[in-house]
Amino acid sequence: MRKIAIYGKGGIGKSTTTQNTVAGLAEMGKKIMVVGCDPKADSTRLLLGGLAQKSVLDTLREEGEDIELENIRRGGYGGTWCVESGGPEPGVGCAGRGIITSINMLESLGAYEECEGLDYAFYDVLGDVVCGGFAMPIRDGKAEEIYIVCSGEMMAMYAANNICKGIRKYAESGKVRLGGLICNSRNVDNEAEMIKALAEKIGTQMIYFVPRDNDVQRAEINRKTVIEWNSDAPQAHHYRALAKAIDENKEFVIPNPLQIEELEQLLLDFGLLAA
Amino acid sequence: MISAHDNKAPADPAVIKEQILGKYPPKVARKRAKQILINEALENETPEITANVRTIPGIITMRGCTYAGCKGVIMGPTRDIVNITHGPIGCGFYSWLTRRNQTDATAPDAENYMTYCFSTDMQDKDIIFGGEKKLEAAIQEAYDIFHPKGIAIFATCPVGLIGDDIHAVATKMRNKLGDCNVFAFSCEGYKGVSQSAGHHIANNQVFRHLVGLNDEVKPGEYKINLLGEYNIGGDGFEIDRILKKCGITNIATFSGNSNYDQFASAHTADLNAVMCHRSINYVADMLEVKYGIPWVKINFIGAEATAKSLRKVAKYFVDPVLTERVEAVVAEEMPAVAEVAKDVRPRTEGKTAMLFVGGSRAHHYQELFKELGMKTISAGYEFAHRDDYEGRHVLPGLKVDADSRNIEEIQVSADETRYNPRKSEADMEALQASGLDFKQYEGMIPDMENNTVVIDDLNQYEAEKMVELMKPDIFCAGIKEKFSIQKLGIPMKQLHSYDSGGPYAGFRGAVNFYNEIDRLVNSKVWGYLKAPWQENPELSATYVWE
Repeated sequence: MRKIAIYGKGGIGKSTTTQNTVAGLAEMGKKIMVVGCDPKADSTRLLLGGLAQKSVLDTLREEGEDIELENIRRGGYGGTWCVESGGPEPGVGCAGRGIITSINMLESLGAYEECEGLDYAFYDVLGDVVCGGFAMPIRDGKAEEIYIVCSGEMMAMYAANNICKGIRKYAESGKVRLGGLICNSRNVDNEAEMIKALAEKIGTQMIYFVPRDNDVQRAEINRKTVIEWNSDAPQAHHYRALAKAIDENKEFVIPNPLQIEELEQLLLDFGLLAA
Repeated sequence: MISAHDNKAPADPAVIKEQILGKYPPKVARKRAKQILINEALENETPEITANVRTIPGIITMRGCTYAGCKGVIMGPTRDIVNITHGPIGCGFYSWLTRRNQTDATAPDAENYMTYCFSTDMQDKDIIFGGEKKLEAAIQEAYDIFHPKGIAIFATCPVGLIGDDIHAVATKMRNKLGDCNVFAFSCEGYKGVSQSAGHHIANNQVFRHLVGLNDEVKPGEYKINLLGEYNIGGDGFEIDRILKKCGITNIATFSGNSNYDQFASAHTADLNAVMCHRSINYVADMLEVKYGIPWVKINFIGAEATAKSLRKVAKYFVDPVLTERVEAVVAEEMPAVAEVAKDVRPRTEGKTAMLFVGGSRAHHYQELFKELGMKTISAGYEFAHRDDYEGRHVLPGLKVDADSRNIEEIQVSADETRYNPRKSEADMEALQASGLDFKQYEGMIPDMENNTVVIDDLNQYEAEKMVELMKPDIFCAGIKEKFSIQKLGIPMKQLHSYDSGGPYAGFRGAVNFYNEIDRLVNSKVWGYLKAPWQENPELSATYVWE
């Protein structure tokens, strides 16, 4: 089983990219579990066709310790398993601790066991890795591959670079590796070239360039992944291609995060090129 | 093998210091060197020591945490306030009745909650979703069962990490309940460098939420507050007995044998007598600024010190009646003390002691050892600041570091209606000229002999090394040190909890202490004990760095 975590700046399209890619992998016949690691619990909406899912932590709070795997995971599009970690209301408690607790709960309930026959486990993690709890999916024996969703916007690249620092910390002491950057295009000038250059400097690859297409939003309104909503849409093919690239990926590295000056320079170089 | 009765070779203190530091990595040694001081009489100043700084990670310190200082030390001894620990159960459970604060709840309407342990028992889900609702429910439950006058909430580490707003909960519940004063302490264990931060936080909130609530004038004359007395082993009872005999009225003790109303009425006293300077000087200062009550440093540990302190109080009130009564009490009490001292001294004379305890106790107890003819060869505090070592004159020059800045410093000003300077400026000056020092504490170091070793924030290794090198006849510290010291063959006396003894304050306390120390330093039992491996080592090894 391959264990993959998706990170990236808040609002960059992690959940959307993850679910659309998972739909592509499911189409290929893979068995996948998606674990949403965001207190908002909205990481599996497109696969489930709605938000109705009860989160692990809600279940834990209401049922006490007596929980079955079936209480916290639901079947979604293409035979996927969907789990939402959940968490506290904004401004109270500790969401990080919540993620630690729910991942431990999944493990102790046997969600990752051999008999479940999983090919993939995906962790979709909230925006920035603000505390230890959000790093949980990349810690010991959890996710082993990371993909960072980014765009050619400065803040997205900055966040990607920052996430690499977190990955590096855990990569040096464990098995976690960076699999590549997924460019979720915002139609920035020279975007693909810039992200390719960034990836190269970090020591990784731009695994796929997902062009901007409003079909993604149209599918979202219908609570579906693009593949499910309109199997023949060009964007559906892009997500299939991304799924294939991830499935065939062999390039796993310990990232080499950039100094801020290098990052600024990169922006300057490609920004000026466009002007 | 160490024995208390080996030949005494009081080694050169410089060599001792060197030997202790020799084991440390260079950086640690450099830091510790500043906290280990060989006392010397300087012309005009006191030698400088580093204190109230972070313990170096990896060192097994004697210190406690901020929560312990706030909940355990300052608020623990008050009987009729319900103390709720907001946190996982361990913090509440392990701070339950662990200090031997005694209290007198024999009055018909006396409430006593000290024997209870209140905790919100936070679980994983409370950490994740926040514990404010649970805290609210706990306050309501405590109120419904006991209807106390006050409920205090104490924050433990996780509460600070997840950001529960305990003060907002306290305000909400205070307004909701109406006849119960609910207030909270942000005393998360990790704040500050030691329990001293907890004392400060407790001082602030007690002053903010309790002091000044009851303006009723209490009966009695010569009204004082006794600050920094915690009634361990009944010390406060003995002091109260003496004060009463002298006709001095104790309005409030902070906080041994105290109750809610004492705090609320503290501003009606005319003098603050400060015993433990470290833990309570903040309140003394604030009472002076806001209400005009001066403070003097006193010490009721030691018979002579007790007499001296009583005379100090009498001097302040400038009343021959009181002075006479104090002299009569001293004259009446002293013979019994002198008799025991006379019996004991031949057996204690010339023996040596080490004291590593508290933020005042290591100083105060040297008085009792002096009365026994014993010398304190080394002493230090766990959590004191430089002013407790060198005297308050260092205060203006103290550097405020990030750790101290982290603790709230509340600014008070004179109360609009109730500020009332108890003495005119001229009277204060006259008293000062006659030798009564206000707001003054000289600290421990000037009272110690030359070539004694003063060590701040002693640790396990240094304690054992000091015993090995200086071979004291008795070692005084707390429960964490007790058994490791006894294993070295040296008698050990706890000066936090007094083992199961006490009181040791006042005149009768002195008698108890003389007898206890006589018993301890003249018993060879610890020296005789040998562990099997000391007699027949089966295995020997060295550390890799040796």
